[in-house]
Amino acid sequence: MNIEDYRGIWVFLEHKEGAIVPVSLELLGAGRRLADKRGVPLSGILIGDGVKALASEAVAYGAETVYVYDAPIFHYYRTESYMRAVIACVEKYKPEIFLYGATSTGKDLASAVATDLATGLTADTTMLDVDAETGLLEASRPAFGGNIMATILCKKDRPQMATVRPKVVRALDRDPGRTGEIIEEPVDLREEDIRTKVLDIVRHAVKKVRLDEADIIVAGGKGLGGRAGFEMIDAFARRIGASVGGSRDAVEAGWIEHARQVGQTGVTVTPKIYFAIGISGAIQHLVGMQNSGLIIAINKDPNAAIFGACHYGIVGDAFEIVPMLTEAFDQALREEVEHG
Amino acid sequence: MLHIVACVKQVPDTKIIKMNPKTNTMDRASAPAILNPYDAHAVEEAVRLKARYGGKVSVVTMGPPPAVKAIRKCIEIGADEGYLITDRAFAGADTLATSYSLTKAIEKIGTLQPIDLIICGKMTIDGDTGQVGPGIARRLDIPPLTSVNKVVEIDRVAGQAIVHRKLEDGYEVIQTTLPCLLSVEKEINDIPYSTLPNMMRAARYQPVIWSVEDLGIVDRTKLGLKGSPTIVAKVWPPEKPKGGEMLQGSSEEQVNGLIGILMQKKELFHKSSATAEGGVQ
Ligand SMILES: Cc1cc2nc3c(=O)[nH]c(=O)nc-3n(C[C@H](O)[C@H](O)[C@H](O)COP(=O)(O)OP(=O)(O)OC[C@H]3O[C@@H](n4cnc5c(N)ncnc54)[C@H](O)[C@@H]3O)c2cc1C
Ligand SMILES: Cc1cc2nc3c(=O)[nH]c(=O)nc-3n(C[C@H](O)[C@H](O)[C@H](O)COP(=O)(O)OP(=O)(O)OC[C@H]3O[C@@H](n4cnc5c(N)ncnc54)[C@H](O)[C@@H]3O)c2cc1C
Repeated sequence: MNIEDYRGIWVFLEHKEGAIVPVSLELLGAGRRLADKRGVPLSGILIGDGVKALASEAVAYGAETVYVYDAPIFHYYRTESYMRAVIACVEKYKPEIFLYGATSTGKDLASAVATDLATGLTADTTMLDVDAETGLLEASRPAFGGNIMATILCKKDRPQMATVRPKVVRALDRDPGRTGEIIEEPVDLREEDIRTKVLDIVRHAVKKVRLDEADIIVAGGKGLGGRAGFEMIDAFARRIGASVGGSRDAVEAGWIEHARQVGQTGVTVTPKIYFAIGISGAIQHLVGMQNSGLIIAINKDPNAAIFGACHYGIVGDAFEIVPMLTEAFDQALREEVEHG
Repeated sequence: MLHIVACVKQVPDTKIIKMNPKTNTMDRASAPAILNPYDAHAVEEAVRLKARYGGKVSVVTMGPPPAVKAIRKCIEIGADEGYLITDRAFAGADTLATSYSLTKAIEKIGTLQPIDLIICGKMTIDGDTGQVGPGIARRLDIPPLTSVNKVVEIDRVAGQAIVHRKLEDGYEVIQTTLPCLLSVEKEINDIPYSTLPNMMRAARYQPVIWSVEDLGIVDRTKLGLKGSPTIVAKVWPPEKPKGGEMLQGSSEEQVNGLIGILMQKKELFHKSSATAEGGVQ
């Protein structure tokens, strides 16, 4: 392999319900920064059935070129069909860096592609940088259950690939004035060659939880003692317009649903305000919320680790503090309205 | 009769592991080595499928000699045979090199009895990449199916299986040809207590041990550090946000202090109140 032949930064454009998913837009933002630093182009690759229109969205978010594979065979995501499109495109245009969202689809696809291309793939990256001279991607990630951070390099193989966690980089503002080139690629895959079929998709009836998009999160932990404790913080959350989250221990106790787990094995969140109530502050929890704008902790143990990770702390019993807070907040907001 | 191979890894218990604050490295001795929890579910699923369809469950691990313990744990869960591939040449493998070595072992197991299904855990709790399973599937050129949370049916005669793959907001029903590789979620099953006969068998069980030569690998550049495109260049403890300000006084004073701080963000609350979501049903 001659690594000089590889040039440009690529982003896999995952889409869902007719829109590019937020993490792919974030990666276009990150990719833009890497591309500018390297002085190389930024491209996206878009695969699906009837998705052409999304290509201009990718341009509005920073891509200069979008390669499009649009055909019925791509109606559902399937590893084998998507993988073949990606590999064909990489072999044709040879990017130096290729980023995927660390979603279930992005991770599935990237792992398969990396094996066929016999290149390195850094998993679940939370920090990205590039050496402007050498073009070496510096991808950093948590491992050992969040106990350590590691910087991973891929020196001799190309493309350098990484899956990147949602919400760790910022998307550019949408600018419909940006221009770019949209290139439709030929598709020569046959259905008979794909060994899996999607027979059905079943969506849960309950409303989707989008904790990663919430502005304010009230999260509870083992210290809330049970469902009643969660009903209490739910009342507080409703009053202030927040979403409810939880630690893994609270999820495992069955006090709150899994989709609301914040942390290493849950969601990464970046709300403007994060309340951690009855949460000890284990590292696996912290990695999921430490980039929140304002972190407020309430815990009855003055030595709880969470106090080393918050902006403001209250030492006290949640069952005393939270109702007082709900009440006082109500009062303050009412006065605000009355006095303009 | 199905032949299922489960891939398992011995890992340090990351709940217990301690960091050495002086050297910024992990004190591996502080953490007991356990069977990767996700892999226990992989083995349990294989054992359940064997109970349903008849057949045999083999487990394979790549690791240092003490990984025999992880294999014994699998025998306790109900696996029939265990294979340990161990060699200094495997050390430092990233996921590409790991999937290569494991594939060589799986191919050899397959010569003893053809394989219908390979099951991996969703990820490990140490490397936690989740990349090894799909890597093995690609090397064997069989379909990789990740995030599997249910096996609906296996039809060995028709050479097909139906599984559920977990999505963020539901699941998809997939039909696949056999053989295939599944990476399973932990909610796929609950692991019951081990039975006494399994425990007794496990205690004395000696797995088959293979070296690089036993696997017939000639190209050593594909193994371990040499065969790994990625390298860990630097390791450091995650930065914790600096400790903030502790509010002072009685509960009431602390609450009022906090309200004062929050009211500086009041636009946020006015905006959010309109879309109050809460979350507990
Ligand atoms: C591989 C791995 C992945 C993990 N992933 C995650 C993850 O994604 N998310 C996650 O959260 N955890 C995760 N964990 C678990 C994590 O290590 C901790 O076990 C967990 O976060 C602890 O939850 P907790 O803080 O709610 O409970 P505890 O640690 O039990 O803390 C409860 C706290 O509540 C306080 N308290 C008790 N009563 C009251 C009261 N009345 N009022 C106020 N405070 C009170 C106590 O002082 C204590 O600090 C993971 C672990 C591993 C090994
Ligand atoms: C700090 C650090 C960061 C790392 N980051 C990366 C990275 O970003 N990219 C990369 O390619 N490598 C990385 N590695 C190397 C990686 O941890 C090893 O390659 C490891 O052997 C396999 O990866 P994993 O533990 O993540 O397994 P996963 O891919 O998470 O494991 C998935 C499943 O594969 C099976 N499996 C995995 N390993 C074995 C085994 N040895 N024997 C049998 N079955 C197995 C199990 O069923 C397991 O549940 C990193 C290593 C360290 C120390």
